[in-house]
Amino acid sequence: MDQAARQEMPQVTPRRVWAFHGGLHLPDHKRESTGRPVRPAELPARLWLPLQQHIGEPAQPVVSVGDTVRKGQLLARPKGAISAGIHAPTSGTVVAIGPHAIPHPSGLRADCIELASDGRDAWAELPEPWPDFEARDPVELRERVRWAGIVGLGGAAFPSSVKLSPKADLPVHTLVLNGAECEPYITCDDMLMREHADRVIEGARILRHVVGARAVLVGIEDNKPEAIGAMQQAIAASGDARIAVVVVPTKYPSGGERQLIRVLTGAEVPSNGIPAQIGIVCQNVATAAAVADAVVRGRPLISRIVTLTGEGIAQPCNLEVLIGTPARDLIAQAGGYTPRVAKLILGGPMMGFALPHDDVPITKAANCLLAPSRAESPTPPAPLPCIRCGRCAEACPVELLPQQMYWWARAKDLDKTQDYNLFDCIECGCCAHVCPSHIPLVQYYRYAKTEAWAKEQEKRKAEQARQRHEMRVARLERLESERKAKLRKKKEELETPPADAPAEDPKKAAIQAALERAAAKKAALAAQGVAPRNTGELTPAQQRQVEAADARRQATAPAARDDED
Amino acid sequence: MRFPTLTSPHLTGPNSTTRVMAEVLLALVPGIAALVWYFGWGVVINIVLASLAAVAAEAAVLRLRGHPVQPAITDLSALVTAWLFAVSIPPTLPWWLTVIGVLFAIVIVKQLYGGIGYNPFNPAMAAYVLLLVSYPVQMTAWLPPTLLADHVLSFQDSLALIFLGTPPAGLAMDAITQATPLDVMRQKLDLNQMISEIRQSPLWGDFGGRGWEWVGNWFLLGGLYLLARRVITWHIPVSMLGAMLVAAGLFWLADPETHPFPAFHLFSGGAILGAFFIATDPVTACTTRKGQLIFGGLIGLLVFAIRSWGGYPDAVAFSVLLLNIAAPTIDHYTQPRVFGHAKGRKHDR
Repeated sequence: MDQAARQEMPQVTPRRVWAFHGGLHLPDHKRESTGRPVRPAELPARLWLPLQQHIGEPAQPVVSVGDTVRKGQLLARPKGAISAGIHAPTSGTVVAIGPHAIPHPSGLRADCIELASDGRDAWAELPEPWPDFEARDPVELRERVRWAGIVGLGGAAFPSSVKLSPKADLPVHTLVLNGAECEPYITCDDMLMREHADRVIEGARILRHVVGARAVLVGIEDNKPEAIGAMQQAIAASGDARIAVVVVPTKYPSGGERQLIRVLTGAEVPSNGIPAQIGIVCQNVATAAAVADAVVRGRPLISRIVTLTGEGIAQPCNLEVLIGTPARDLIAQAGGYTPRVAKLILGGPMMGFALPHDDVPITKAANCLLAPSRAESPTPPAPLPCIRCGRCAEACPVELLPQQMYWWARAKDLDKTQDYNLFDCIECGCCAHVCPSHIPLVQYYRYAKTEAWAKEQEKRKAEQARQRHEMRVARLERLESERKAKLRKKKEELETPPADAPAEDPKKAAIQAALERAAAKKAALAAQGVAPRNTGELTPAQQRQVEAADARRQATAPAARDDED
Repeated sequence: MRFPTLTSPHLTGPNSTTRVMAEVLLALVPGIAALVWYFGWGVVINIVLASLAAVAAEAAVLRLRGHPVQPAITDLSALVTAWLFAVSIPPTLPWWLTVIGVLFAIVIVKQLYGGIGYNPFNPAMAAYVLLLVSYPVQMTAWLPPTLLADHVLSFQDSLALIFLGTPPAGLAMDAITQATPLDVMRQKLDLNQMISEIRQSPLWGDFGGRGWEWVGNWFLLGGLYLLARRVITWHIPVSMLGAMLVAAGLFWLADPETHPFPAFHLFSGGAILGAFFIATDPVTACTTRKGQLIFGGLIGLLVFAIRSWGGYPDAVAFSVLLLNIAAPTIDHYTQPRVFGHAKGRKHDR
């Protein structure tokens, strides 16, 4: 494999990139938050760690209220295959485990571990650092990634160890590192690559080793020349020629997993499929850095870089933030709100969701706190009727027909929306952005998807209930027939008069009969002069035992043996 | 601090229905100016009359339907319908016919189907066809281009003709009006005249009728502007004009004496106006790319067929309306392949 890799290698000439359909050229607003280097946020007094910060099952707490914990100690362990553990971001005391506001579009509360920091930030004992990761077995490394609670840091928060688990029938040839960061305003990956390119490349090499890929392609949009330069330098410093930076044109949403894979390789991930089906695994650059920390330094994922930006924030910046830090603390450290603040968005302006308030903790998936002014994020005008202009279809990166899906979603015809491939929609918002009638198209698709899921679930529930009902009916029938059979038997027994033989216990009679049979047999054998033997087929070992026993017997009571059983 | 929670995307694009409609109106201006130059003030009077009638009708119906009136007026869609209708009708059409046409377009064809975005037929063309079949005499009585006219109508003349029906003193109606070049070509071909013979008349310019061909050029300029501003895409105009030229070209090659030169078709009647401004009406056209090519191509073929063998001299309105009916079906069968789906399978059925 190494040879094949070496042949593929040197990428001096610029690589070809492919285009994807549609997309938008948006003002990127990156410069506002890249002026200052990333600085660590202040140690918060209280942290709230939601038990579910990832796709899949929520983690299970392994600490109880009152426990003192140290930085990096496991607080909640993953439950099930698709789950991720949570570690203490700092040392302190667990003061509560219960519902607290979490970053969620509907302002939901969910179970969190509340940690009061003791200010000492003292580390727990950490697992052994493995700088020699290339000598390690991928299985070990994967376990380390799972231990570290690493999830996709690009925003989806899918547990990384799952993506790294090999499927025998799906060999991986290329690892794609996503450094596109296509959404306007967000710069946390850009800053990470500028300042910690070595960690990203280290992570890339570990991930490449784990998935067994021949090549690593790092996709970065051309509006981040500093990051591109730093990454190229880090690759040169690592001497690993299997890794190449590919500069991709700036076009939203080139950072979508499927779009980036298309741009870098020209291949399309099948609808409903995963990249591994075409031999590709895609990870975010920040995820790669977290993997490097876990493997090379033995540190779990307890912090991430968060962009604070928008005209509503006094000093836009990037902060290195402990997971669980309240957003409010961070905004205060970025100089607080300006009077122009109109909204608070977690994530970018295209796909992020608006927070009702800032009393929510930063989770592993939180890449950006955007506080736009009214000018930056105007309240959309009232929607007008669709004029079927088709701009939405032009902009759709998945080549859907957004206006048809809109008509069917509005008509609540869920089957029809699925005929138009509703579930291929990535909710990037391009269609709504270009719509001259300002129809909130994405909202309609979310509605239709949720309705379809609910319907599906209802169907499943109904099916389950039907099965349960059928089984219950069958069970009742069986019990009833058993009861009837018993009754009938009893009745028959009562009805038949006792046997003419004097009431003798049938058991005793049987024993008597058996004894008589045995005696008769013995007599017959004795008449032939043969003693009964049970030594028909013996193994040589058994045979030797028998012989030894016979010898002993003969030695002790030779006379008595001959005529007795 | 509480913040509003609207759903993503949080950025609103600069596009708006009003902008789209305003661009279309702007793109019509060069063609309208040319019409006024060659055919006089009647064009302006028609446009003003149609606009007033359209906006009034739209407002009245929306009020009756209990819908907000203001957004529907400011989206300028009623004006687009009015202008497209006004440039299609003869410049001396009696005012009540113009008003009937506009009312039919706005009230019946547009609002009774649900208003903007819901009408299956192009309102301006439906109104044009209504008047053409109901009042064929008035609807085919065009003015000659001013450079050929014996008497050029002044503004007052036009007003009197349109509103009072009185031609200028000493002139009969027949003396003022003239059939359109398409009409002339047809009638003479029906009389078994050769095209070389027919084209002897001073009525003809380089390709189409004199004056007419230049109106076509100016509408073409507006159409290119719409393309450049990405209000329309090339698919419908190119496929429509392309199909028409190819069909006309084949017949012309077979017999140039009974079938006019292809450019004659291009620069006569409503071909260019129809290709860039009417067939591209997004509400009533196909929306998929492949569908638009089929839609445009079939309109082009129909225009040629009706002009050559049909009962009416021009055919853009009929062809567009016929294909309007077919648009949803064409759209259904021309869905693009969705990203990540196997080639050749349109959608799961």
